[in-house]
Amino acid sequence: MTLTNIAVTPKTDATIFSPALAARFDKLVTLYPLRRSALIPMLLYAQDEIGHLSDAAIAEIAQRIQITVLDVRNVLTYYSMLRTRPVGKFNVQVCTNISCMLRGGQELFEHCEKRLGIGHKQTTPDGLFSLEEVECIGACSWAPAVQVNYDFHDNLTPESMDALLEQYRNNAGQAGQ
Amino acid sequence: MPTLVSHPEEVKIVSSRFGQGAAEIDRYIELGGYQSVRQAIEKGPEWIIAEMKASNLRGRGGAGFPTGMKWSFVPKQSEKPKYILVNGDESEPGTCKDHLIFLHDPHSVIEGCIIAGLAVGAKMGFIYLRGEYRYLLTIMEKAIADAYAIGFLGKGIFGSSFAFDIISQTGAGAYEVGEESALMESLEGKRGIPRIRPPFPAVVGLYGGPTVINNAETIASVPHVLRIGGEAYAKIGSERNGGTRLFCISGHAERNGVYELPMGYNLKKMIYEVAGGIRGGRKLKAVVPGGSSTPVLLPEEIDIGMDFDQVGKAGSMLGSGGVVVLDETVCMVEFALRTIKFYQHESCGWCIPCREGTDWLKKTLTRFHAGAGEARDIDNIRYLAENMMGRTFCPLGDAAAMPTIAFVKKFRQEFEDHLGGRPCPYAKHSINELVVA
Ligand code: FES
Repeated sequence: MTLTNIAVTPKTDATIFSPALAARFDKLVTLYPLRRSALIPMLLYAQDEIGHLSDAAIAEIAQRIQITVLDVRNVLTYYSMLRTRPVGKFNVQVCTNISCMLRGGQELFEHCEKRLGIGHKQTTPDGLFSLEEVECIGACSWAPAVQVNYDFHDNLTPESMDALLEQYRNNAGQAGQ
Repeated sequence: MPTLVSHPEEVKIVSSRFGQGAAEIDRYIELGGYQSVRQAIEKGPEWIIAEMKASNLRGRGGAGFPTGMKWSFVPKQSEKPKYILVNGDESEPGTCKDHLIFLHDPHSVIEGCIIAGLAVGAKMGFIYLRGEYRYLLTIMEKAIADAYAIGFLGKGIFGSSFAFDIISQTGAGAYEVGEESALMESLEGKRGIPRIRPPFPAVVGLYGGPTVINNAETIASVPHVLRIGGEAYAKIGSERNGGTRLFCISGHAERNGVYELPMGYNLKKMIYEVAGGIRGGRKLKAVVPGGSSTPVLLPEEIDIGMDFDQVGKAGSMLGSGGVVVLDETVCMVEFALRTIKFYQHESCGWCIPCREGTDWLKKTLTRFHAGAGEARDIDNIRYLAENMMGRTFCPLGDAAAMPTIAFVKKFRQEFEDHLGGRPCPYAKHSINELVVA
């Protein structure tokens, strides 16, 4: 028995994703020579929309790709950017790898810990910020570098980092009003 | 946005369109773009491969394999479709060059990819960016859509019978996937576990078909090679090392940035003249010449030409072009620890020497740096690293071991300075603050 054959393609109205994302997924699975190649992009886009990969999201993606849930989980645990638990609205990722370390990346990370009152992979009680110490993000010549969600910020100092966090905090405040 | 730098010593080829708005297709065309693919269609595959071979262009990802030769390994006849895979999973610490290519000149990657397809008879190409480069994927996707809209992708490119499609996507955070066989696994929707070779990708690659895998900078160089001419391109560089290369200078140089210099350019000159020397006039302690996996060089070892052969002769590697400059304030034990921490984090766990080796190295170095080291640890670190060499499926094990061996060999005194419970002579921490794993 091949497990791949028993999966059912979902009806579009059964989707947990937005209509736009569901439509994108419908197209994505037809794009590659192999359906399964759409898996990693789908996991990323689903995570972007929901904030993390919930059980329901994983189940629907498994159905769409026509593989088992276990198979999806097996893949997603390999990739450091994919997560099954929610994070803060702004995920602050501070690079402390060599080029950043030489320009104060470690101190910047510790500064963020103090400022936000949280440690590596923790989230502030208001759900606004998460903090993560990350490996090289490809901005070494502009170190120390930080990524907030997908946005790059470089040549940071503790002072400019504070201003940046403040900016995100204000943006969130405005969006909430 | 990353700052662009400039220096009169630079020879701007791959970076010639940086900062010129060439992410827009009209501007790219205005700046001479898509002329090379037109020429390639007229002159055909054999001409392309001959030019590529003459150019001495070697893989910019780090291995330095001659590109023309790589292309010529792809069988002419194949039952399965052939593919071009552009490796933009730039993840080697110290390296940020592809970042700029995707940001400023995405069409050069598209054009290079089409030319590679023409050369080997592939009809489909993939551009795979690292997961962190999502904003660059947006730029790349727009560039691809524009190229389709104008008829440079899809069926009948430039009125010929040649058809070519490109899909771009990102990864989701995994250094390991930068290795070509792991990259193919990832693109097939799997964990990025390396494949056993042979067979090599040129014969059995993506979806089982013959596949050319090239670094993004290599592919972006291809249109320039055809425009300049293979022989003329080769002359820009040094012997057997054609053209230019993007060097990412980071760390303690006065003017960090990505500079494009001819292959074989003197490393000392690169640091002291192009990058303005060491910040604040401090003393140089060491240079990591090609990304974190390349063995460290001492100040007296940097009077060398930066090409694959000369850096190799100096006992290190040209690698990915990431030149990391370390001044006298750096604790080399701490630096070695941070380097190994990365490889321990990224080891996929498939091969035991790499999984266990990186873990033990991290544990030992953490303890050592914290002042709880013993004299025999120093040789043990080296012994452990030496026994990882060549014992893993993919190069990650070597990438972790090589720099470690060099740190111990070249900075033994600094290791010894940490013995006897003494505080680290350089780091700002006191022993108590450091966590002993
Ligand atoms: S080392 Fe921090 S971005 Fe590369």
